[in-house]
Amino acid sequence: MTVKELANTELFSAVAMPHGEREINGVYIGDLLSWVMGRAEADNAWITIMSNNNILAVAALADTSCIILAEGVSLEDSIVKTAEEKGINILKSEKNAYEISVALSSML
Amino acid sequence: MSEVLNFHFVVNGEDFTSAGQASMMMKRNLRQLGMPPEIIRQVSIAMYEGEINMVIHAGGGEADVNVTEEYIEIILADKGPGIKDIEQAMQEGFSTATDSIRSLGFGAGMGLPNMKRYTDYMDIDSEVGVGTTITMRINLQ
Repeated sequence: MTVKELANTELFSAVAMPHGEREINGVYIGDLLSWVMGRAEADNAWITIMSNNNILAVAALADTSCIILAEGVSLEDSIVKTAEEKGINILKSEKNAYEISVALSSML
Repeated sequence: MSEVLNFHFVVNGEDFTSAGQASMMMKRNLRQLGMPPEIIRQVSIAMYEGEINMVIHAGGGEADVNVTEEYIEIILADKGPGIKDIEQAMQEGFSTATDSIRSLGFGAGMGLPNMKRYTDYMDIDSEVGVGTTITMRINLQ
């Protein structure tokens, strides 16, 4: 499933989607950035509630296919702009990480 | 043969929110060189962790990356406080980061272990009150 296809489902909306064509190959959940950095696999969708600038670097360097902001977490406009510039996909959902991953497990 | 490409970066210690810039630039460079994605990921993760450490603990520093035919070498040098007990610092979960750093999602005590995990060679040269130099290598062959 691509990031764009996921963004078009009911549960999610796109915050930034410069590379909607990227494939999602699995899911990683975590808020400790170094932990995510070391454990998330390339092309995973990364579910988090962190909303600071540093999530962009982690997503870019660990090469996740998208960040999914859980529980309605929102980002400052400047962070969204940087994500677009750096080619980082970000989706959001009102659901919590558990509910999101349950939904993803039947979709992926 | 044995051509060496060197990339030099200054890591700004005052701007925590933009930490990771050197690693992201290096990632782009490696992509342009046509390196395999898994190698790029290893370098990116190891270098980012080191870069973040320099920003959190040492007020910044300098990063040099040497690309040879055999390996990619990352050298991170700072003039920070140094690491008192390297063995302890290498343990997963050990961190001296402040609460404000932790609230940003750092300070999980995974930085140095991640660096070791994603590289084939790692050496820490540190003196309390003088600074720290970390050398890492990722083999290409």
